[in-house]
Amino acid sequence: MTRSVVLFRDLLIPILPLAAFLVNGLFGRWTREKAHWVSVPAVVLSFLLSLFVLKDVLSGVNTYASLYRWITVGAFDVSVGVMIDPLTAVMLIVVTSVSSLVHIYSIGYMHGDKGYARFFAYLSLFTFSMLMLVLSNNLLELFVFWEAVGLCSYLLIGHWYDRRSAADAATKAFVVNRVGDFGFGLGLLLIFVTLGTLDYQAVFLGAKAATNQTVDLLAPFGGKLDVGLVTLIALLLFAGAMGKSAQLPLHVWLPDAMEGPTPVSALIHAATMVTAGVYMVARMHPVFELSPSAMATVAVVGGGTAIFAATIGLVQNDIKRVVAYSTVSQLGYMFLACGIGAYGIAIFHLMTHAFFKGLLFLGAGSVIHALSGEQDIRKMGGLRNKIPATYLTFLIGSLSLAGVPLFAGFFSKDEILTRAFFAGDLGRVLWGVALLGALLTAFYAFRLVYLVFHGETRLLPDAAHHVHESPPVMTVPLWILAVLAVFSGWVGIPLIAGGDKIGHFLEPVFKGVAHVAHADIRLEFWLIAVSVIVALLGIAVADMFYRTRPAMPDKVASAWPRFYSLLLNKWWFDEIFDWAIVRPTRRISEAFLWKVADVRIIDAFVNGVGSVTQQAAASWRRIQTGLTQDYAMTVVLGLLAIVAVWLAAW
Amino acid sequence: MNLDQAFFLYFAAMIVVFSIVTITRKNPVYAVMALLVVFFHVAGLYVLLNAEFIAALQVVVYAGAILVLYLFVLMLLSVPREALGAAAHRRWPVYALVGGATTFEIALLLARSKFAPRPGPYPPDVVREMGSTQAIGTVLFTEFLYPFEVISLVLLVAMIGAIVLTKKWTPAQGGEEGR
Amino acid sequence: MTIPLSWVLALSAVVFGIGVIGLLTRRNILILLMSLELILNAANINLVAFSNHLHSMRGNVIVVFTIAVAAAEAAVGLAILLALFRNRRTVNLDEVREMKG
Repeated sequence: MTRSVVLFRDLLIPILPLAAFLVNGLFGRWTREKAHWVSVPAVVLSFLLSLFVLKDVLSGVNTYASLYRWITVGAFDVSVGVMIDPLTAVMLIVVTSVSSLVHIYSIGYMHGDKGYARFFAYLSLFTFSMLMLVLSNNLLELFVFWEAVGLCSYLLIGHWYDRRSAADAATKAFVVNRVGDFGFGLGLLLIFVTLGTLDYQAVFLGAKAATNQTVDLLAPFGGKLDVGLVTLIALLLFAGAMGKSAQLPLHVWLPDAMEGPTPVSALIHAATMVTAGVYMVARMHPVFELSPSAMATVAVVGGGTAIFAATIGLVQNDIKRVVAYSTVSQLGYMFLACGIGAYGIAIFHLMTHAFFKGLLFLGAGSVIHALSGEQDIRKMGGLRNKIPATYLTFLIGSLSLAGVPLFAGFFSKDEILTRAFFAGDLGRVLWGVALLGALLTAFYAFRLVYLVFHGETRLLPDAAHHVHESPPVMTVPLWILAVLAVFSGWVGIPLIAGGDKIGHFLEPVFKGVAHVAHADIRLEFWLIAVSVIVALLGIAVADMFYRTRPAMPDKVASAWPRFYSLLLNKWWFDEIFDWAIVRPTRRISEAFLWKVADVRIIDAFVNGVGSVTQQAAASWRRIQTGLTQDYAMTVVLGLLAIVAVWLAAW
Repeated sequence: MNLDQAFFLYFAAMIVVFSIVTITRKNPVYAVMALLVVFFHVAGLYVLLNAEFIAALQVVVYAGAILVLYLFVLMLLSVPREALGAAAHRRWPVYALVGGATTFEIALLLARSKFAPRPGPYPPDVVREMGSTQAIGTVLFTEFLYPFEVISLVLLVAMIGAIVLTKKWTPAQGGEEGR
Repeated sequence: MTIPLSWVLALSAVVFGIGVIGLLTRRNILILLMSLELILNAANINLVAFSNHLHSMRGNVIVVFTIAVAAAEAAVGLAILLALFRNRRTVNLDEVREMKG
């Protein structure tokens, strides 16, 4: 195949979902309940094309192409283009595969919804945006699609916009992301101002050359606070990643985003969009690498989020929120990996997480579907025999999340822990934190399994009546994801020579990173053993709490009532933000921006312009006599004046 | 003063006098007749200025076609005599003064200007020898070919426009009667 | 070359002025159109005079164009006049004041 044919094939990957979006978006009135016949084939075809791309990349063919010049203003020159390297290939596979399965699953889950075509339109638009995000070859293009996936997230969280809580959650997601994206935007500006380019490769080279430059942050105020330029850039970019990937303290939007339909939670808020931050940090790793303090920040934020979100996940009662906090926690693990320089492992965990967390969300959706919309795990229980397929797949997902050996999550999470252990003193501390997080993870994962599927049924009589297994169009994607949640980890088996296929595959992307030698195989083995024990311990505790001795949880909760309420109320984050930011903003807006700035200044000015124009026009309209000869007279007077000036200037 | 100059003075005098007659007649028929005299004398002036072709054009197009058109319209209108009344604009002395001032200014401008001869490729004896028709034709169909084509379009549009404007629209043709 | 250029230019200026005065002062649209013809003729005289003075044919060619445009102008102007008269029963310009502000 010639180069242009290959490029065309690569471009079809994002174009097919875009076409599906256009068809369903523009003609949704006609496609209606047949909307999936447009979207599903498009996305599945994208997935198949991605496999070809993967094959090409495996044989060492990378693509870098500028499609057209987008903006050229002075030195500001941005093209729209695509770049395909191993990192992009992995992301393409993850995005298209999960997206395909979610599209198929949605046929069953969204059946009969009045916004069916709209839902598929947005889902396809999201897939397009996400694919372009990972395909882009410069930061501005990345940023545009970064915002586009945010928009799709907003639209899909608010799919049931007639529900107040859904509309609020959508707005919250958008506004909180704005905080992070403000940092991202500043980062882009700083990069352009100092390095003069936004192209990846050029930025990496420029950043390397500018390693020792500093920026005086307080210069405009007369003070002095020198910050390393590269550090500042990396931190600003990371701020964007924190918003998108729901890291502390910008995580507050993700649990609320569960107001959206469950397939959306699986695709956007677990598998793909929220991992865009991790992808971005991995993509920009040459910049991060230059700044040890930025790296440390990434690692600490990641580790902190991992444990913090896990503690909240322990006590939540909404099945989707538990999984959502688990997602926040797992994203923390990915950033932890990035922060210690183990980008390949971060991407590996991103991939396995996409599969097992997508599985858990879709499984949760299947449970909710079976119970006609019930999400409170206190009103579930004993569903094991009634919805066996959902149970089995959910169990597989939970085992994978908990990090039980041979399941996918085990390999990736374990590798993160191991690498953290070998990454200096800070790494050692973070290893401890992450290990504790792993314990909590195993516990809450199985708390969910036991509360939902085991024990006595606590269903409301009404719901118990209708319990039914989901149709095959939903269970088949579950089974496929279950298979992936087991086997996707096998591309990164540690210890065995040649087992770490994905690390080897991604190596060309991260070749600049100092490689940590696996010095002591025996020590590494013991580390793995410890984490396995911890995972099993978590499961055992969950087993004790929720199966053998059901009175335990209440006893523990009443023993530490303050702590319990702290966790139940999510460390009061929403309340703190409300008190510290939302309310003052509203008060200032009302007292000053509305009643003074808007009414007295802007309105007064606008009205003044209007009335002055009106009064002037009232007197000037008289010069329009309507007599043609008066107009001709004006022309002649003009001629007279021009010739007079000419004569005078002779 | 030679013969050419004598002819020029005659033409100029007739042109000026009959121009004034044209714009002062109350009855448009007399105005058209005066204008006809003006056009003929302008044509004579063109002959004096070595532009026989333009002179012919002046007689054929202006006097022959345009003025006949005016007369046709006058006949079609059959304006009642009293409707013609009140010939001048209500502020006509002021307007006339402005017009006069403009003329005076232009005259002043011309009087101060110097027009150095810059001899081109068509001196009078050459033109006389080849005939002004051939001379104009040569320039018109080489240097001015595109403008020439454009002017034919202008005429076409004017023709269509005149027909559309004066046509009586019947309701069946999608317009109000007598638009 | 026996007629001085300045004589012809003076004549054209006078004819132009007469045309302008007619255009500004008369009410009858027909007379106005004729005044326009006078102005165009003044311009033509100018062009021919310069063409003769500069030994060039370009001025004459432009006169050809001017005459064509004048014919077009007369046709359209008179057509408008006809349409106006048909609706308003008048040929007086100051009775048409739709543009009054």
